[in-house]
Amino acid sequence: MSHPTGRRLAHWAPALTLAALVLLVAACSPDQYPQTTLRPRADYARDADAIFRLTLGWATVVFVLVEGALLFALYRFRNRPGAADPVQSHGNTTLEIVWTIIPAFILAMIAVPTVRTIFKTATKPGPEALQVEVIGHQWWWEFRYPQLGITTAGELMVPSGRTVNLEMTTGDVLHSFWLPQFAGKRDVFPNRYNNLWFKAEVEGNFPAQCVEFCGIQHGRMAYRIVSMKPEAFDAWAANFNQPPRDFSADTAANPLVKQGQALFQAKGCVGCHSLYPALPLIGPNLHHVGSRSHIAAGTLENTDENLAKWIQNPQAWKEGVLMPNLGLKDDEVHALVAYLRANQ
Amino acid sequence: MATTAIEQTPAHSVEATGLWSWITTVDHKRIGILYGATAFLFFLLGGIEALVIRLQLAQPNSTLVSPDTYNQLFTMHGTTMIFLGVMPLSAMYFNFLIPLQLGARDVAFPRLNAFSYWVFLLGGLLINVSWLFGAAPNGGWFGYANLTTKQFSPGMNIDFWTVGLQILGVASLAAAVNFFVTTVNLRAPGMKMMQMPMFVWMSFITQILLLLSFPIITVALVLLMIDRTFGTHFFVPSGGGDPILWQHLFWLFGHPEVYILILPSFGIVSEILPVFSRKPLFGYAAMVFSGVFIAFVGFGVWAHHMFATGMGPFADAFFSLATMIIAIPTGVKIFNWIGTMWGGRIEFKTAMLFAIGFLGMFIMGGLSGVMHASPPADLQQTDTYFIVAHFHYVLFGGAIFALTGGAYYWWPKMFGRMLDESLGKVHFWLMMIGFNLTFFPMHILGLNGMPRRVYTYSEESNFKLLNQLETLGSLILAVSFLVFMYNIWKTWRIKATAPADPWNGATLEWSIPSPPQVFNFPALPQVSTRDALWEMKRAAGGSVPEPQRVSGKGIHMPNPSFYPLVAAIGVTVTLGGFIGGSHLPVHIAGVAILLFGVYSWAFEPA
Repeated sequence: MSHPTGRRLAHWAPALTLAALVLLVAACSPDQYPQTTLRPRADYARDADAIFRLTLGWATVVFVLVEGALLFALYRFRNRPGAADPVQSHGNTTLEIVWTIIPAFILAMIAVPTVRTIFKTATKPGPEALQVEVIGHQWWWEFRYPQLGITTAGELMVPSGRTVNLEMTTGDVLHSFWLPQFAGKRDVFPNRYNNLWFKAEVEGNFPAQCVEFCGIQHGRMAYRIVSMKPEAFDAWAANFNQPPRDFSADTAANPLVKQGQALFQAKGCVGCHSLYPALPLIGPNLHHVGSRSHIAAGTLENTDENLAKWIQNPQAWKEGVLMPNLGLKDDEVHALVAYLRANQ
Repeated sequence: MATTAIEQTPAHSVEATGLWSWITTVDHKRIGILYGATAFLFFLLGGIEALVIRLQLAQPNSTLVSPDTYNQLFTMHGTTMIFLGVMPLSAMYFNFLIPLQLGARDVAFPRLNAFSYWVFLLGGLLINVSWLFGAAPNGGWFGYANLTTKQFSPGMNIDFWTVGLQILGVASLAAAVNFFVTTVNLRAPGMKMMQMPMFVWMSFITQILLLLSFPIITVALVLLMIDRTFGTHFFVPSGGGDPILWQHLFWLFGHPEVYILILPSFGIVSEILPVFSRKPLFGYAAMVFSGVFIAFVGFGVWAHHMFATGMGPFADAFFSLATMIIAIPTGVKIFNWIGTMWGGRIEFKTAMLFAIGFLGMFIMGGLSGVMHASPPADLQQTDTYFIVAHFHYVLFGGAIFALTGGAYYWWPKMFGRMLDESLGKVHFWLMMIGFNLTFFPMHILGLNGMPRRVYTYSEESNFKLLNQLETLGSLILAVSFLVFMYNIWKTWRIKATAPADPWNGATLEWSIPSPPQVFNFPALPQVSTRDALWEMKRAAGGSVPEPQRVSGKGIHMPNPSFYPLVAAIGVTVTLGGFIGGSHLPVHIAGVAILLFGVYSWAFEPA
């Protein structure tokens, strides 16, 4: 006698499955996911997406046919009272050949565009591209623009409509740089450079994160990709290339800002964080950090509250991060926040 | 009948009981049960690790566990499930079934067999002892250099990992030698290779894969271990080493490893489907050759795990095409399994439900695998939850479903009791629902930007809803295992009176009592066809009588021995001396124990 729970479960299974499917479909829409790969917004990403949709299409066809055959067989050949003994067939050579050739053909339909796209995306862009050097660190990303003499961190600023060429490496362990909206990903190695390029089609501020396990804070090693119109990018670069403002000599400056500037030296921040546009140190470059959209490697919105929280106790948000707790008092933190905010 | 000069001692004619008889057993059936029970416990441990992971991921910015604990959890979950779960569960079936299906009395090297088990147990315990030190491995199950070098992983975590896996490797290699030789040399009189049960064929191919791939991971682990312990620079860039060397070595092992994980399950399903469809396996020769092809080509696809490393377009294209080619024999197997059921008379016993579930889920996992065979698409998918979805569909939906089906199928043979069919169906449906609810949404999360191996995610990402569904699914999965364990407990209390052949089986293990006597067959069977038992039944007019238990007088079985365990302890202590640096006294003690164990083993009477 079949177990009542078993029967009830099997009875409800279709309804439950339907409910789950409805939820899944609702959760499917890519537009609610800012890191989605399904809304390509650059040439490279479109090529990758085209291959994805091709393989998804064939996979769906095969899925429907094969799972359909399975379900049909289960229904049609289930044991029923009075059923005859089945024919003891051992195989069929023709069938074996047919169902070897057809999948081979389908795979060829995927293989040809694949190989074409591999070679297309492997071709490095020409000299008109904007060059960016991307350096992974535990647990933040550094961006250098050799043509512009700029070093920054946390946010990759790029012009839309112009090819950007990324030459990427790491200063410690393996990481992986990913632009889900614009290009795929590439792992970064300590002893060489890997290359990725793309031409953004839209402007916007997009989230992304490291995709190669790199230690304790791999989960909070994020960054932003900020695409802007070429004129806006040029303006950003020109503004960035200004030396850091010295508030100590400025009589009109907020005293809190001046105090912050003094603390930035006195408390040793300057030992790890450069404020100069072209100078990298062991920590993220903080030039114009005041106007970045995010801090703490793309994991916190750049509000005064978050900046204070981060400076007060970085270990609380990102345990194991290389920035120590400096044991700062509240008023010292406020001053530093004001100073960094003024640095735009 | 004249007795032979070597009389059986009374201890062998009756099944010995008690703890000492299990510690000294060299009987493949007992060793199989030891493997199964131990592996199941490790599997539950891996499952608990997964549940904690799922609870942590149920909320954005959760602080249920610290980042380091999380990294230890996912590393140990993967390592446990692969090396302490699926592989030894497959070993349970190799052990129990291969001699029986071949019509043999035991494996070729019974004491080596026991040695493999003890090494597995000790290795598994050693790697888990790390939890007590708060230093469980935390570099991922794949342990990529240069994160795992001493500079970036200064603690003992990675030492436990390299040492533990080397010990487990010894177990796997010893077992592979054993089953390889058993299959080649100990088949029943008349049984040709192309007449062996499909489970034995798939296991045979698995042993070859083990023999060829485990040395590679051993080399990789030794190189990493000496980098960490003696300051060599194989993977340290500042010394001229290259982290990518680790990836090549690891995946040269790692890809054949996934076929090691799945081929035994292919074999199990190939046993269950014909019996419950009442017709033979469709396309036996095609199944053998596709298995051989998969194993062979499986050594040529390793760098599809490395598409994001920038190997260049020619390497990417080669490995992409090789990976797609492997899909062809895999498809052939799937079609032959459907062909087995086609035109049959299908009985939906629990074992059959799991075999069908395997088929349905493995098809899905295989298709997502083909999707990442293409580098341009894979460069979005790799290192995201899309990959996590893929391999759970093939390893859980594939291997675990098949291994579970095998349990329901062979339980009566192993223990003389049937598992309850109704509870079995509850188990199956809960597992189907829980499994799909847990792992299907991962496809969506991966494509929408959720990376792997992250201990949390932001509110802004919107990953919360699907993660919560997955956590709910994992809880349903946990309940399904509770039902299974209840089934085992409930039916254990019945007396062992299961018939020899409850399912109308096709293979020789069903021709002897349940559970079998220590010598397996009173007289070695004479075989001339596939599906030997179906043939015997046909020849006898449709059925054979219930086999009776006999005295077994005159049959010499190998003596039990304590020395495989001693030797296993020797191996563990010797290698364990590398944890936290090289400790010479520990190495010396270990070698001394090992030499004592091996010497005694070599000179004791067989």
